[in-house]
Amino acid sequence: MIDFLSQPWPWYIAGPLITVIMVSMFFFGKTFGVSSNLSTICAAAGAGKKIEFFRFDWKSKVWNLIFLAGLVIGGVISSTILKNPDKIDLNPKTEEVLNAHGIMNEGVLPVELFGLDALFTMKGFLILLIGGFLVGFGARYAGGCTSGHAISGLSNLQLPSLVAVIGFFIGGLLMVHLLFPIIF
Amino acid sequence: MKSIKFLLAGTIFGIILSKSEAVSWFRIFEMFHFQSFHMYGIIGCAVVLGALATFIIKRMGAKDYTGEPITFIPKNKTYINGILGGTLFGFGWALAGACPGPMFVLLGQGFASILVVIGGAILGTFVFGMIKRYLPF
Repeated sequence: MIDFLSQPWPWYIAGPLITVIMVSMFFFGKTFGVSSNLSTICAAAGAGKKIEFFRFDWKSKVWNLIFLAGLVIGGVISSTILKNPDKIDLNPKTEEVLNAHGIMNEGVLPVELFGLDALFTMKGFLILLIGGFLVGFGARYAGGCTSGHAISGLSNLQLPSLVAVIGFFIGGLLMVHLLFPIIF
Repeated sequence: MKSIKFLLAGTIFGIILSKSEAVSWFRIFEMFHFQSFHMYGIIGCAVVLGALATFIIKRMGAKDYTGEPITFIPKNKTYINGILGGTLFGFGWALAGACPGPMFVLLGQGFASILVVIGGAILGTFVFGMIKRYLPF
């Protein structure tokens, strides 16, 4: 059973399971969206004293922080009990592009970006910090992230969500095709 | 104890994101090269079934576990922020290879450097809150 679960899960298993998680959250009387937790964290840290945007009852959002804590536990389980040591079965063409950027396909994350050697260089640190900054800023400006817009928003046929998802792809495509050759 | 269901849902979601490799920087890179159906299959499948589920919940007037009707809050009908914010999000998603959910899953997987990405995301949210009134919507 553990061996079976440890293999990579195909999209036609993962996709429906994500729907099950979303519907479960609806059944619990809540919503499905991760990025609003970042606002909750700011509010809980006292950002509401100075900034109106964070002046809300963050305690009413603790359920979502608990969901977030679950994500961390899910990560622990996946990298221990359900660990799969094989490298990711990428398209060989993708591997060629990666190698041309000096990145090898090993593990879950490229060591060239996430390894401690990379982290302690100015460039490596800035890539991660700016990447994270853009995700946080962009998600709040767009009003949601992959879970809130791409999955629950599109499921509810929300036009603003479609516009945001188009934005996600404009940004992602510009990044990998135009900016990566400059950065890497 | 009422909170344990959220912890459990998050844990299972974290396992799904891990085992489907959606948390992997490599899969995001591959997705933006249109060289695999994998990520499109995951998101597409979740959306098609999600739309069906949402339709059925609305049609049946389904209730949550407390007996309250399940309601859907429509997204704000603004679009400039969607395209501009969405594009900035996309830059970050491709660069860091993680959207907000996967960041926390990767923390659980033991990648210390993801803390810089999470710190950046919290900082980005904070700066957004600070300058929101100057931004077009």
